[in-house]
Amino acid sequence: MAYSEIVMDHFKNPRNVGEIPDADGIGEVGNPVCGDMMNVYIKVKDNVIEDVKFKTFGCGAAIAVSSMITTLAKGKTLEEAMKITNRDVAEALGGLPKNKLHCSNLGADALHAAIKNYLDRKAGKIPDLAKDREEHIKGAGEGGCYCPYCHKETLEEAPFCLFCGAEIPHEHDH
Amino acid sequence: MALIYLDHLSGTPLHPRVKEAMIHCIQNVFGNPVSDHQVGQRAAALLERAREQVAALINADPGEIVFESCGTESVNHAIKGVALGLREKGRRIITSNIEHKSVLNSLRTLRLLDYQVTSLDVDASGLVDPAQVEKAITPDTILVSIMLANNEIGTIEPIADIATICKKHKVLFHTDAVDAVGVIPVDVKELGVDLLSLAANQFYGPPGVGALYIKKGTPVWPLLDGGAQENKRRAGTENLYGIVGLGVAAEVAKEEIPQRLPRIRRLRDRLRDGLVARIPEIIINGHPTQCLPHLLSVSIKYIEGESLMLMLDEEGIEVATRSACASGSLRASHVLIATGMDFATAQGTLLFSLGRDTTEAEIDRVLEVMPPIVQTLREMSPLYKKAQ
Repeated sequence: MAYSEIVMDHFKNPRNVGEIPDADGIGEVGNPVCGDMMNVYIKVKDNVIEDVKFKTFGCGAAIAVSSMITTLAKGKTLEEAMKITNRDVAEALGGLPKNKLHCSNLGADALHAAIKNYLDRKAGKIPDLAKDREEHIKGAGEGGCYCPYCHKETLEEAPFCLFCGAEIPHEHDH
Repeated sequence: MALIYLDHLSGTPLHPRVKEAMIHCIQNVFGNPVSDHQVGQRAAALLERAREQVAALINADPGEIVFESCGTESVNHAIKGVALGLREKGRRIITSNIEHKSVLNSLRTLRLLDYQVTSLDVDASGLVDPAQVEKAITPDTILVSIMLANNEIGTIEPIADIATICKKHKVLFHTDAVDAVGVIPVDVKELGVDLLSLAANQFYGPPGVGALYIKKGTPVWPLLDGGAQENKRRAGTENLYGIVGLGVAAEVAKEEIPQRLPRIRRLRDRLRDGLVARIPEIIINGHPTQCLPHLLSVSIKYIEGESLMLMLDEEGIEVATRSACASGSLRASHVLIATGMDFATAQGTLLFSLGRDTTEAEIDRVLEVMPPIVQTLREMSPLYKKAQ
């Protein structure tokens, strides 16, 4: 496992660390079981993300992803920001190690959660951060024993997918 | 910037005498120890010399030592070898929840072949209770495998007590002693074990060579099938250069352990006490006294270990977040979870392992560099905010 230079730069000098006390939207994703938690705070003016900050508990990749998503999102309209994908973030970072793509690459999810939170608030709904976070965790862990690469069912004991050879991610790695 | 290497569990540098012996061997010796001509017999003599050196380190007879390609192979050989050797007698194997992956994954494979595994809980300090071992033994139990010292938290298990129980119930006992042999005194006769695994790269020998102690008369089927090497216990041409290195490392360890131990323990204690004094909300893992002298595992609340490890690396301080064999995994350490730690705290774990070259100045440098890095990462963490 080695990180790209861009990842190391964003890890060592993370942009936009912190909280926005009077944020218009807050997104919280991830869970400490996976080893990564990401909070994104946005300030919105005239449908544009005027300011964005993050707080992250996680590995080098998770911190770099958080830093990158804030730089990508700043100044974008909400519609543009909703179009940023986790893949875009990984690409902007010059790639991420394969075993980090799933768990640590939560940046776009966190940003979208913050935007959804902002829109909910605007619509007068009471946002339920705990429930949103719960849904994210459920969505990420669904499925049980299938290979995420070739989608064939696989033995729980198998150290790697016996069909396509891909490494089976950490849910099975113990 | 000179690197400060505090990851000796993942591999030690070669001892100068080991290096010298290996270079001499590479320059002067070739041939296959099984050949009956002079060239082969010169190689065979070196092989047997190394066998004596390893046997002397753990108080075994040379005939009870089988060379292997690493600690993992030794463990695989012990566990799968007994499973095959005693397949008619029974199919249950007892182990603990904190074993090295070579044990856990050997058992994973055996489960596919209809062996049953009982995995015992440990207490908060990582100790296996011998009474629980006795309770778990059933008439079809053939093997108990409990590690001598844990490779993530350093806890030293009550091996002699467990061996007594196994003997009473006529069950074979293997101990994975990879992280203990060459670090602390290990005596197979005092311990009373039937099988013991060790690896050279834990005590200043080369990587890629280990050994399995098989007490005379223990029914162990070979893991590698082929020719008659290693008294038919392990087929395949021996890694002579590596084995010569292992032999000298064993000889040197036997000589140096009495001096290495108190020095390294003092440095480890200095690191532990210094970190506790400088970093709030830090947890020292493992047993407070019954533990390896060169290992320190700490869990630092609200931050994640890998980011801390990378930042220390930037400062030239080389540490691990967990066992090297498990570092491809993103999951929190199964060892720490088994001791009852929550996932988030377990993710914030750093593993320091000191060596014979570690100096007080290096420890003090860590104590100076690490607290501000921890603070930076905590300021970045959403968990830290919530806790305050």
